[in-house]
Amino acid sequence: MLELIMFYMGYEFVRYALIVGVLIALCSSLLGVTLVLKRFSFIGDGLSHVAFGGIAIASVLNLTNKMYLVLPITILCAVILLKNGQSAKIKGDAAIAMISVGALALGYLLMNIFSTSSNLSGDVCTTLFGSTAILTLTKDEVILCVVLSIIVVLCFIIFYNKIFAVTFDETFSKATGIKTDRYNLLIAVLIAVIIVLAMNLVGSLLISALVIFPALSVMRIFKSFKQVTIASAVLSVVCAFFGIMISIIASTPVGSTIVAVDVTAFIICSIIEKVKR
Amino acid sequence: MSLLELKDVSLGYDSQIVVENLNFKVNKGDYLCIVGENGSGKTTLMKTLLKLTPPLAGVIIRDDDLKKGEIGYLPQQTLVQKDFPASVKEIVLSGCQGGKKFKPFYTKEDKKNAEKNMKRMDILDLQNECYKDLSGGQKQRVLLARALCATKSILLLDEPVSGLDPMVTMGMYELIAKLNKEGLTVIMISHDISASVKYASHILHISKKIFFGTKEEYIQSDIGKFFLMSEGGKENA
Repeated sequence: MLELIMFYMGYEFVRYALIVGVLIALCSSLLGVTLVLKRFSFIGDGLSHVAFGGIAIASVLNLTNKMYLVLPITILCAVILLKNGQSAKIKGDAAIAMISVGALALGYLLMNIFSTSSNLSGDVCTTLFGSTAILTLTKDEVILCVVLSIIVVLCFIIFYNKIFAVTFDETFSKATGIKTDRYNLLIAVLIAVIIVLAMNLVGSLLISALVIFPALSVMRIFKSFKQVTIASAVLSVVCAFFGIMISIIASTPVGSTIVAVDVTAFIICSIIEKVKR
Repeated sequence: MSLLELKDVSLGYDSQIVVENLNFKVNKGDYLCIVGENGSGKTTLMKTLLKLTPPLAGVIIRDDDLKKGEIGYLPQQTLVQKDFPASVKEIVLSGCQGGKKFKPFYTKEDKKNAEKNMKRMDILDLQNECYKDLSGGQKQRVLLARALCATKSILLLDEPVSGLDPMVTMGMYELIAKLNKEGLTVIMISHDISASVKYASHILHISKKIFFGTKEEYIQSDIGKFFLMSEGGKENA
């Protein structure tokens, strides 16, 4: 087994895939805890569909690096969703659902009308369920991913205590003078960045899994916020690593394999919780 | 000098007025109970005092300490908190973040302060427990300890005993009275008029007519007599 892993590690594309996969898993799990607790589990889903729409537009425009268009669009939508949640003309979950399916439909429509590729359904399937794209990453993409991940992790560490306070009790935080709007905005921007990054790994339909599964799994076992955060990061990274390795060895689709590993971890954690009681 | 003074204040949201012409003053060391029916604007008043909703009219004069956000607030528990994985210590520490200064991490003083307040609330032995596993009374003590970390001068409590059983309720009232004796100013929203009269120094009754005065004045007033009678009647029945 170990020899096999070492053998594959010899290939550059495997190393790139692992670096990117592990970093994305790390970032998404960090924010996952906050999002699950704030009842925002579905924001990942909504934003990823927005990103899908963005990718469709980028393909129509024939951009070389789609990320430069997709990232701003997704961040914008994250901010709108968040603002909307506060003024509450359309309630949070409905707003997410609306933007989510709207962007999905629009994206597919655009791809269909302005299709430049001969294999349209293949393209769509790739963006929705992830692709082998993670195995064909260029050095530039890896560097961009590393830089963005570092920014996300640093932001999370620096604002960790504030994020905790705002997640646990927004009213109290606001009353004691914390600018809660600012931190909600920060969370929205960070999650948008992570989702755009994660599109490559698991595709837009499965991103929510990366965000919520590690958090939900470890919340069944650990008791403090710090433990939960660290454990979900570790679990997520381990699952991503094994998921990618399995998918390479067994030549299964990368995204769904990672999610399958995450689901397995969730079941194991549930059993541990039951046994403990 | 008074800690807090409201002059001709109107409260409400979206330009819908809930309370009009509110005038009252809170001095250092006072224990003010705000009573009134549901929907009379008690919570709106609390939010205005916390600067979460601006007043529609009138002026609110705050002491310098209050301006800095030195305010301890005990909110009603929210849905999110019910299954929140956080240790008691983490929650109490999160009260130390007030103020405008940017500081990403807790200092040693913050930790000492948190420990002191956990001792004060008699929850030091629970500090590594998970919040969601605590009883209702313990949860309130944790949130109270957090509020104490945020302030040295004034506590605002939003129905601190709702959902607690009678024994725990008594304990909670005694605890708040003790904090008040130690010099903290207390402003509390309450449904429980008889307990308010027992512990408070001042009463603000918000209904169609607004009453503000010391509790002795309240007991003598028409509105006070009426409500104390009806409450007393309930207890006897």
